[in-house]
Amino acid sequence: MYSVRLWSVRHARGLNAFYRAFEGALTRLHGLFLAIGYERLERPVAAVEKAVKGALFDCRMCGQCVLSSTGMSCPMNCPKTLRNGPCGGVRADGNCEVKPQMRCVWVEAYRGSQAIPGGIESMRKIQFAMDQRQQGRSSWLRVVREINAEPVPAPHAKGGAQ
Amino acid sequence: MRFEDEPVPGYPLPILPGHTSPGRFERVLRAGGFAVTTELAPPDSADPEDVYTRARVFDGYVDAINATDGSGANCHMSSIAVCALLTRVGYAPIMQISCRDKNRIAMQGDILGGAAMGVCNMLCLTGDGVQAGDHPQAKPVFDLDCVSLLEIARDLRDRHRFQSGRKISFAPRVFFGAAENPSALPHAWRAQRLAKKVAAGAQFIQTQYCYDLGLLRAFMDQVEALGLIGKVFILVGVGPLRSAKTAEWMRKNVPGMHVPDALITRLAGAQDQAREGRNICVELIESIRKIRGISGVHIMAYRQEESVAEIVDRSGVLQGRSPWYPERDIANVSHRTAT
Repeated sequence: MYSVRLWSVRHARGLNAFYRAFEGALTRLHGLFLAIGYERLERPVAAVEKAVKGALFDCRMCGQCVLSSTGMSCPMNCPKTLRNGPCGGVRADGNCEVKPQMRCVWVEAYRGSQAIPGGIESMRKIQFAMDQRQQGRSSWLRVVREINAEPVPAPHAKGGAQ
Repeated sequence: MRFEDEPVPGYPLPILPGHTSPGRFERVLRAGGFAVTTELAPPDSADPEDVYTRARVFDGYVDAINATDGSGANCHMSSIAVCALLTRVGYAPIMQISCRDKNRIAMQGDILGGAAMGVCNMLCLTGDGVQAGDHPQAKPVFDLDCVSLLEIARDLRDRHRFQSGRKISFAPRVFFGAAENPSALPHAWRAQRLAKKVAAGAQFIQTQYCYDLGLLRAFMDQVEALGLIGKVFILVGVGPLRSAKTAEWMRKNVPGMHVPDALITRLAGAQDQAREGRNICVELIESIRKIRGISGVHIMAYRQEESVAEIVDRSGVLQGRSPWYPERDIANVSHRTAT
């Protein structure tokens, strides 16, 4: 919901801190996930993720979550699905070019990022082209798998999921 | 600026050390010239002569011509086709690639195809939303955004490979650019966004219309603070406003267009509003030229293309040089024999 989405950006700092703790807990469950099988977990976890993040962020389940790098403003709500910052069409009142009644997702992202420690720094990171195959899959499971696969993140690793 | 090895139409120039393209536009910028570019509105027609007629208007006044790619999300002849026609007679076009209409398979194909047809400059854009144009019922693609497009384009050129990793046998030799809008919100983020584009491979930038010099100067200060001056050539967008009414309309309907109230009042008070619009444009160019770190102007004069020559002349930006055009050297030769 639009108003909840705006609330989430206002509370970006707290939500980010909560997610960090949540991610840490999930990461420790890697062994269990492996025993059950990641593919078997995919559908139920994705369903929970969709429910939670859908309610908080209007999440579109792109499967490559970057909320920590976008001040808790989901870039997939941008009508152009821009993942590297606002387009040049932002209106003088900070609203969207395509949907004049909606705040620009990236104007909100900039606001949210200022509240998160290191948020502006991670907004500067280049987000690579999306892998459209990940649509509908769980970002949480992907992140846990990636963290456990490579203990030292590569220099270009993306910001955590949410 | 004249090069001793001016091109035979359709043939590339030699690539100089430190250059990435065989084109004149990159040469003018790297030689330190203050460049002038403009925009050609592709025709709603399949007649190549319509393209040449529109290009001829700029002969002797511009270093490169942008061929827009469905600008304002309206349907016209494609940018790649306009560029291919222009290179046949030797013009230096800037092909625009918008993420709105094509996915990465089509866009990478166009970069190779455009380069094969002699296009040396390409501008990577996000594109206006489909709601702005004459086909609001169309599907917006946006498979990539302009930053990821720049990265993929640079990899094609420098690493000789598609995004998939598959190798290409001959890399496109292209000077890549991007757009920026110093007037749009969030102002504090705009230079950072430029930095991202430069990091992703943008070598030149053409901005949206800049009518607010205060915003432009603040933007350029941030660009300088980020250490970007010297790393990217910035061409500032300008254009004549035809009347106060048009300015009001554009401000309301053209995405990303910001016109200060003071300018509209000034236009409204003028006897000949179109002439006042050109005066404002000339004054803007004169001021923009003095700002540190700016390498040129991009004059967008939609439906007033014939005014570009007058604006360039009066602003004196070319400092006496005559950019190449198909008949330039022939005209000069006959002039010399006549005197």
